Amino acid sequence: MASPMRRPLSVRARLGVHLAGLLVLALLPPLLTLIGEPFYVTLATRMLILALAAVSLDLILGYGGMVSFGHAAFVGVGGYVTGILAHHAFMGEPLALFGLAVPGMNEALVVWPLAMAVSALAALVIGVLSLRTGGVHFIMITLAFAQMLYFLMVSLEAYGGDDGLMLWGRNTLAGADVLGNRTLFYYLCLGLLAAVLLALRRLVDSRFGLVLQGARQNERRMRALGFPVTRYRLAAFTLAGAIAGLAGALSVNHAEFASPTLLHWTHSGELLVIVILGGMGTLVGPVLGALAFVGLEEALSGLMEHWRVVFGPLLILVVLFARSGLHGWLIGRRPMGRTRP
Amino acid sequence: MTSPLLEVEGLVKTFGGVTASAELSFTVLPGEVHALIGPNGAGKTTAVAQIAGELRPDAGRVLFDGRDITALPVHRRALLGLGRSFQITSVLGAFSVLDNVALAVQAHAGHSFRFLGDARRDRRLRDPARATLARLGLEDDAERPAAILSHGGRRTLELAMALAGRPRLLLLDEPMAGMGAEDSARMVEVLRALKGEVAMLLVEHDMDVVFALADRITVLDGGRVLASGAPDEVRADPRVVAAYLGEEAVA
Repeated sequence: MASPMRRPLSVRARLGVHLAGLLVLALLPPLLTLIGEPFYVTLATRMLILALAAVSLDLILGYGGMVSFGHAAFVGVGGYVTGILAHHAFMGEPLALFGLAVPGMNEALVVWPLAMAVSALAALVIGVLSLRTGGVHFIMITLAFAQMLYFLMVSLEAYGGDDGLMLWGRNTLAGADVLGNRTLFYYLCLGLLAAVLLALRRLVDSRFGLVLQGARQNERRMRALGFPVTRYRLAAFTLAGAIAGLAGALSVNHAEFASPTLLHWTHSGELLVIVILGGMGTLVGPVLGALAFVGLEEALSGLMEHWRVVFGPLLILVVLFARSGLHGWLIGRRPMGRTRP
Repeated sequence: MTSPLLEVEGLVKTFGGVTASAELSFTVLPGEVHALIGPNGAGKTTAVAQIAGELRPDAGRVLFDGRDITALPVHRRALLGLGRSFQITSVLGAFSVLDNVALAVQAHAGHSFRFLGDARRDRRLRDPARATLARLGLEDDAERPAAILSHGGRRTLELAMALAGRPRLLLLDEPMAGMGAEDSARMVEVLRALKGEVAMLLVEHDMDVVFALADRITVLDGGRVLASGAPDEVRADPRVVAAYLGEEAVA
């Protein structure tokens, strides 16, 4: 039954908390340099990229109620688009695709939107087929499609197959070879994450967003009101795929390496854990989730060899006892439009 | 004679060996309250589901305003003017009461592929929604989450959601189900006030409610029409008394 809702923070207070968080992230690189640990900027960048992917999953999971167990596939597709184009640019030979000769490319302003578009297309196709189902079937079918794409990448011998694809440096940005700069790349990732968060925050409160949330709460009622629910879900699924594709492009630039493990189901599982850990249906929560996930992984793996033995139960405890995730625990807000998982 | 708003023609629906609708035919005229009654298992809810579009009939047609809607999906029928309240209360629990009704308004305000603009501040949605709430006496609950309303409140909210889409026909599947006497009496008054403005197909067990509201009554038994006509005719029909009203009187 309905539990009494905690009083939501005022819009102002919430904005304050979010701005403070952004400030901390913005000050991180100089702080880390100051304490002589600049290596951690790289780790923090990884966290931001993971957060971007998790935020996109939160749109469909937390707001749309679509439990996708294959979200990493779209990260991987975006990553491989970036990797393959960079590979061809380096080798100086065009990529033959359906009889077309696509030149290799290394320009972020072209490659990243392209990565997003291809990931969106993959999400559109998988979404059309998966959204006919619901519940456990949806979980399994998204997992199956993601694994199919995983094995497709593994089979691409020309692009390293199992071993993955090494890059010879990062993309250029507007022709300038600057993305190799650790600090600049960090700020770029932070800026993109902030922009995506702002855009999605507006989106979830828009007419589209309310339909998406309404369909999560009561699909039958939404249809009876006159909403073709599946169409709206498909649009959200496709958008989430595009953002995941951007995360993939960033990730491959960050690691200078594209690997099939990007698409592996364990990575999809990680993204789900991050969203649930951070707080579903909050958008900001998954950023906290990614921070905690990467931080814990780093701390525990430094302490002991079998760190997963501690990591796993710890996650289960959080999921069990902090039902609305780190976000709910820290900010104490169960946002309107979210029911108990 | 006015042409009917809803025509149900020869609906057949079987589940395995069970016949839920057997050559079911009846009409609802514009503005009338048409009650669908019958013992449990008579096929009332199945009939409503086929009219709303949740179930496809095995045979037969459903016409709305002269148009064959048998093949249309639920949402298209809703947009044509079929409002619905469910037998089991069906609201968006985590949203506020006002959000619920505003979404009903939104459904009829063109497509919702609008990604910017705070829908909760859109007066084109909020004002009509508030007006509907005020009409049904729910305005004081507008900002409360729908889930914490009383049962009667949620049933009224459901009616508000159906009404906010300005339907021409309301499909009311036991709108008083589970209500206390007081709430039930209030709902009867609300529905009485709507008479003439919107046609209603009313599925209801409470015979007092049916006779208080209905212009015509169709009695179902075993998926077919046992009798149909004005309340007094139906009440006097010996087959109805035997099959249904008598049973009620004994119980």
